Amino acid sequence: MKRLFTLNRHLTERLGFSLITLMAVLTVVPIIGTVIYILAQGGHAISWEFLSGFPHDGMRAGGILPAIIGTFYLTIGTAIFSVPLGIAAAIYLSEYAADNRWTRLIRISIINLAGIPSVVYGLFGLGLFVLFLRFGTSILAASLTLSIMTLPVIISTSEEALRAVPQSFRTVSISLGATRWQTIRRIVLKEALPGILTGVILGLERAAGETAPILFTGAAFFLPRLPHSPLDATMALPYHLFVISTQVPNMPIQIQYGTALVLLVFVLTMNVIATVIRSRARARRQW
Amino acid sequence: MEKTLNWREYIITRLIKASGYSAIIFVLLIFFFLLREGVPALAEVPLSALFSVRWYPIEGDNFGILPLLTGSLIVTLGAAIIAIPFGIGTAVYISEIAPRWMREILKPLVELLGGLPSVVLGFLGILVLAPFLRRFLDLPTGLTAFTGSLLLGGIAVPTVVSVAEDALDAVPRAYREGAWALGATRWQTIWRVTLPAARSGVLTAVMLGIGRAIGETMTVMMVTGNAPVLALSLSSLFSPVRTMTATIAAEMGEVSNGSTHYHVLFFIGMVLFLISLGVNIAASSVVFRAKKRAERILS
Repeated sequence: MKRLFTLNRHLTERLGFSLITLMAVLTVVPIIGTVIYILAQGGHAISWEFLSGFPHDGMRAGGILPAIIGTFYLTIGTAIFSVPLGIAAAIYLSEYAADNRWTRLIRISIINLAGIPSVVYGLFGLGLFVLFLRFGTSILAASLTLSIMTLPVIISTSEEALRAVPQSFRTVSISLGATRWQTIRRIVLKEALPGILTGVILGLERAAGETAPILFTGAAFFLPRLPHSPLDATMALPYHLFVISTQVPNMPIQIQYGTALVLLVFVLTMNVIATVIRSRARARRQW
Repeated sequence: MEKTLNWREYIITRLIKASGYSAIIFVLLIFFFLLREGVPALAEVPLSALFSVRWYPIEGDNFGILPLLTGSLIVTLGAAIIAIPFGIGTAVYISEIAPRWMREILKPLVELLGGLPSVVLGFLGILVLAPFLRRFLDLPTGLTAFTGSLLLGGIAVPTVVSVAEDALDAVPRAYREGAWALGATRWQTIWRVTLPAARSGVLTAVMLGIGRAIGETMTVMMVTGNAPVLALSLSSLFSPVRTMTATIAAEMGEVSNGSTHYHVLFFIGMVLFLISLGVNIAASSVVFRAKKRAERILS
C-alpha cells in the first residue's frame, strides 16, 4: 500500500487536489446559490408599497416598513453603544496594556464573549436590561444586548488595525513632543481608520441580522405604528421573517421571500461596503 | 494650557482603561444574571427530575433536560461531520492551492456566508431544503436533526475556514520549500508538512466551529421539528429533535417571570454558557500552548 502510494504520488496529488477543489466548490456554490435564489424569488414582491407600507390583514398583505425602520433603529442603537466602547477597548489593548495576567484575562473574556450563544445574550438582556433595570421590552434594551454581543468583533478587528500601524509612527510623534493620547488620536487612529471601520461594519452587520438576542428584549410581533421612543418595542426584519415563516398560517410566499430579500440586501450592502473599504485601504497603504 | 491638557489626557486614559476592562465585567455580569435567574431552578426541581428524559413543561411540570441536551449534541455532531472536512478543505484550497485572484474572490464569499442571517438560512431550510430531503430520503417529515445539521454545518464552515486558513498562513514558507526541495509533491507537502505544522490552529478552528454550531438558535429552531425526544442512536438524526437553544427561544416568550419554567430555561442558558466557556477556554489554551512551543523552538 505504502509502495503504491509513493509510486503514484503524482496521481495521488491530482486526486487530492481535485478532492480539495471540489470541497471548496461545494462550499461556495451553495452560498452564491442562496443569494441568487432569494434575489430571484423575492424580486417579484418588491414594490414601493411593499417597502413603504404597513402590514395589514394579519400581516398577509401590505408592506414591511415598520420592520425596516426597526432594524435601522436597532443597528443605530447598537452602534451608539458598541462603537465607542469597542474602539476604546481596542486602543487600550493595542496601545496601553502591558502583557500581564490582567491583559490575558481581558483577552480570554473577549474570546468568551464572542463564543456565547446569541440566545444566551437574549436571556442576559432580559435579566439585566428588561427586568432588573426596568427598561422593559424596548429598543434600548435590545440595542444594549446587541451591543455587548457585537463588542468582541469590533474590539478584535480594531485592535488588529491599530497594531498594523508601524511602531515608528508612534515613536516619531512622541519625539516631536506629542503626548500619548495626541499620538493615538492624530496619528494611530487616523491610519487605522479604514481597518476599524471595516470591523465596525462587519460587527453591526451581524447585529442587524440577529434574531435570538432581541426575541425577549425588544422585538414586537406586530405594531400598527412606528416606535416613538427608545423605550418602545419595535418590529425588526429578522424577527419579522421568523414570524411570517413559522407563526402565521397561510402566509403568502411572495411576502416571505420579499422580506428575506430586503433583509439580505440590508446585510449584503453592509458586507460589500466593508469589503470595499478594506481592499481600497490595502491598495492605498504606503507602509 | 499644559495643565488642562494633562488633566484631559488623564481622564481619557482612565476611560480607555475602563473600556478595556469592560469585557471582563460583561462576562461576569452575564454569568451573574444567568446564575441569579437559573439557580432557583435547582431548588424548585429535584436534580433527578431535572436530569430526566421528559420535557413537558406546560402539562405536568416535566422539566427533564436530557432530551434537549442530546438534541443539541446530535445536531452539533452532524454539523461537525460536515463542517470539519469542508471547512478544512476550503481553508487548504484557499491558502495552498488557489491562485491569487481566486483567493481574492473566495475569502469575501466565505465571509459573506458568515454574515448571512441565520433566520434567512432557516427560512430557506423550511421552504427548500426540508421538502427536498423529505422526498429524497423518503421521510415522514423533512424537519429533522439532519436538516438542522446540514444548515448548521454551513453556518460553522466560515468560522472553521477563517481560523484554519490563518493557521495555515502562519506556517513559514521555508517549511514548504524544504519539503519541495526534498522532492515531495505539493500534495505530500500539504498533507505531511503544512497541515501537521498548523495542527494546533486547525484544532482551534474545529473547536470554535463546534462552539458556533452548538449555540446557533434560529436555524435549528426553524428546521429541526422541535420534538423533545431523547436522541440516542444515529437513526434519531433523521427524526425531529429539539435543542437547548431552540427551547429557550421558543418558550421564554410564553412563561411568566419568576415561574419554575422561567428558572429552568435560565438554567439551560447557564448550561449553554458553561459549555461555550469550556470550548473557548480549551480552544484558546491550545493556541497558547502552541505559541509557547513555537517560542521554545525559535529561541
